[in-house]
Amino acid sequence: MTAVLALLLAGRTLHGPLPSALDLARIQFGFTISFHIIFPAITIGLASFLAVLEACWLRTHNALYRDLYHFWSKIFAVNFGMGVVSGLVMAYQFGTNWSAFSDFAGSITGPLLAYEVLTAFFLEAGFLGVMLFGWRRVGPHLHFASTVLVALGTLVSATWILASNSWMQTPQGHAIVDGRVVPVDWFAVIFNPSFPYRLAHMGIAAFVATALFVAASGAWHLLRGNDNAAIRKMFSMSLWMLLAAAPLQAFVGDLHGLNTLEHQPAKLAAIEGHWDNHGTDGTPLILFGMPDMANEETRYRIEVPHLGSLLLTHTFDGAVPALKDFAPEDRPNAAVVFWSFRLMVGLGLLMIALAVTALWLRRGDRLWDSRPFLRCALWMGPAGIVALLAGWYTTEIGRQPWTVYGLLRTADAVSAHGPAELSVTLLAFVLVYCVVFGSGIVYMMRLIRVGPVLREGEHPVQGGPGRPRTPMRPLSAAERRNTDRDLEQGG
Amino acid sequence: MGIDLAVIWAVIILFGVMMYVVMDGFDLGIGLLYPFFPAKAERDVMMNTVAPVWDGNETWLVLGGAGLLAAFPLAYSVVLSALALPLIAMLIGLVFRGVAFEFRFKANARERPFWDRAFTWGSFTATYFQGVALGAYLDGIPVRGRAFAGHPLDWIAPFPLFVGAGLVATYALLGSTWLVMKTDGPLQQRVRAIAGYLTWAVLGAIAIVSLWTPLTHPDVAARWFRFPNVVLFAPVPLLVGAVAWLMFRALKHGGDTMPFLCALALVFLGYTGLFISLWPNVIPSSVTLWQASAPPQSQGFALVGALAIIPVILMYTAWSYYVFRGKVRHGEGYH
Ligand code: HDD
Ligand code: HEM
Ligand code: HEM
Repeated sequence: MTAVLALLLAGRTLHGPLPSALDLARIQFGFTISFHIIFPAITIGLASFLAVLEACWLRTHNALYRDLYHFWSKIFAVNFGMGVVSGLVMAYQFGTNWSAFSDFAGSITGPLLAYEVLTAFFLEAGFLGVMLFGWRRVGPHLHFASTVLVALGTLVSATWILASNSWMQTPQGHAIVDGRVVPVDWFAVIFNPSFPYRLAHMGIAAFVATALFVAASGAWHLLRGNDNAAIRKMFSMSLWMLLAAAPLQAFVGDLHGLNTLEHQPAKLAAIEGHWDNHGTDGTPLILFGMPDMANEETRYRIEVPHLGSLLLTHTFDGAVPALKDFAPEDRPNAAVVFWSFRLMVGLGLLMIALAVTALWLRRGDRLWDSRPFLRCALWMGPAGIVALLAGWYTTEIGRQPWTVYGLLRTADAVSAHGPAELSVTLLAFVLVYCVVFGSGIVYMMRLIRVGPVLREGEHPVQGGPGRPRTPMRPLSAAERRNTDRDLEQGG
Repeated sequence: MGIDLAVIWAVIILFGVMMYVVMDGFDLGIGLLYPFFPAKAERDVMMNTVAPVWDGNETWLVLGGAGLLAAFPLAYSVVLSALALPLIAMLIGLVFRGVAFEFRFKANARERPFWDRAFTWGSFTATYFQGVALGAYLDGIPVRGRAFAGHPLDWIAPFPLFVGAGLVATYALLGSTWLVMKTDGPLQQRVRAIAGYLTWAVLGAIAIVSLWTPLTHPDVAARWFRFPNVVLFAPVPLLVGAVAWLMFRALKHGGDTMPFLCALALVFLGYTGLFISLWPNVIPSSVTLWQASAPPQSQGFALVGALAIIPVILMYTAWSYYVFRGKVRHGEGYH
């Protein structure tokens, strides 16, 4: 996460020697949302994974699926808790730090957020309790319904918040009255031009990130010789998921790029690192280079002639917008988005390679013991999260200098706090998030290290004073070990 | 008379905030009571009484924020930026106590005390600064144009700091009576005794706030003491007395559910009092509901959802409380 902070700092044109209040507010927003998005991505993926596992268990009565459900639901619970508390901060930050934005655009982002609370957050929270603690309290079908509703809640939540964010990227369906936004056509607001692409791309990103996370957990165990049927099952399931989702993601990403070309040409020019419009002479694709904002050029270019036109206009010589088409104060920081975009796409290509290799290794049953492959799968574990963050950085920094594209500049969106106030709160957030979410990630890793326990859930556990009890959800091996240690210590 | 969207939204937000206060109130209260119950077994039981429901309780706070942004964006932007510091302190408190639910059970014996403390101090910080923010809000927020015109540290004043303490007592009372309902044995007996002291503290806080606000705010005084209001509002303090009497009786004679119901009633009455003092301002004491309203297209659109969905939410929330009904004993819970 320090890397995130460093990137944020680098991505900023600092106004003067010390960061201004605006800079600090932006760093604070970027920092807190970057943490927040990690957990929802895994929440979205794991919730659906759990629903699938439970469906398989109900259908086949193969205990394997139930064991996997118990295993992943503990990790899910920790992750979900972190998603909730980091999200709570977001919902208030619009008011505390971006009050001019809230006053200007609250009449649109407010109702969308309100719908998200009503249709998604309550649904998730209401059924989460039953999902995690109700295994022995409700019948199997009601329990399954709860899992499905939680999973549905996560997807609905993503839909609303992405409608809001997409409207900020490609606003439509509103009028400006007295210097503030007034919604005119809600259908147009929600189904704004970039919404379908962003929703699909983000949704798939969540599944990709989760698949890689699950695959890496499986690979870790297999590398250690912890080989059992449950571990093989989850490893295999996650790689099938990746095989379906990763190529689809590249396809949707391409469509998304075309949409950006149409609606946010300055952002696209920055992503591509083009300064000069080649007109109809055919635009090259710059693979690598160093965009230099001050000198208005991209240095050390490695480029492929005509490929830019081919990818973006699907013709050999199509014209592509360039940064010099826009006034300097309207250009996003090309140095950051150029690289964050390439990081995302590069990782996306590696993911496809991983998924295809897995398919190939399945022939001849080599999936479980090819150490080089297992090591790759392990190392690719965080790649989904990294690509997802890189994608968001591309989108959001590429939107600058606007908060609501073409309508409200970021400089005009911020609250009138002084740098002192913002430094204190930023410092507090950095410290608290590192301690809290750092510990949470360690706990998740510890749970993963224990691995799925076969036939878990069939052992009644000794409970309360004197009477045997069956807990609503069984103790895991890790927890049992802790409890024993506590007992020895008289805890 | 047409439909006044602003008034309907004010009622919805007031309802949401009240749901938040009573529901998150009792689970924050459990964190506040942790220091009195050092044994791990008891702490496990206390936490397990709320573990399945705390997230839903906190969601009412999100609804309050989102509803305010949707219906009264000006109020959201001014009030939140004015109270940024206490609110951020509250959020950080909520972060600690929120993760403690899971982390405490995942931590090993060496780390657990840290998360126990995080639970207590997180609950305390969240409650106290919520109260401070409430107090500063009641005291009035200076506005110029469409922005906050005061100092970021305006909330450091006797009245807000006092309301913070009052809210700590209130949430602790809700938490203790909740535990009377959800536990039994020695734990319940001790918490019953604590609830008695807390009732006195809350009554004191209500009395002081009821005197302090009219003394410092002539408009509030005028509202309460002008005829015929004084007759109309007289039941509020009388009912507070009656509920307190019921509470002490139930605590002494062993009712398990009654104390919690009385605590709810006390909170409800205190809340009504505040509401009477504020109406119809949304930023005291300068901006009314109507001045801060979002355009009718926004209020109307969100209203459809709120009216259709809130009843459903209440139903499934009630169902999940029903699933986890009854006393919680040691060894239960999923951990
Ligand atoms: C693509 C998905 C996505 C994105 C972009 C965001 N969120 Fe989020 N959020 C979720 C997906 C999500 C979720 C999956 O629904 C979470 C994660 C864990 C959870 O409990 O729900 C959640 C939780 C969550 C919560 C806690 C809900 C509760 O109490 O149960 C709040 C208040 C927010 N979010 C608010 C925001 C705001 C204001 C965002 C924008 C700046 C934002 N989220 C971006
Ligand atoms: C969830 C993934 C997201 C990530 C990782 C992310 C990241 C970022 C980053 C890095 C910035 C700073 C850009 C800059 O200042 O250079 C930013 C700005 C902003 N984003 Fe997002 N964002 C996300 C989602 C959202 C959503 C869903 C919304 C709104 C509904 C949103 C609203 C904003 C606003 C209001 C700003 C302006 C503040 C600013 O410019 O710093 N973001 N975001
Ligand atoms: C492999 C080929 C990929 C292509 C061509 C691609 C394309 C794009 C484009 C053009 C954008 C910018 C949208 C804008 O202009 O606002 C974007 C954003 C984004 N990308 Fe990708 N992407 C790819 C892979 C991935 C992968 C593998 C992930 C994560 C697992 C990912 C996650 C994201 C996210 C989260 C965003 C920001 C949200 C959004 O605007 O949709 N992308 N992508």
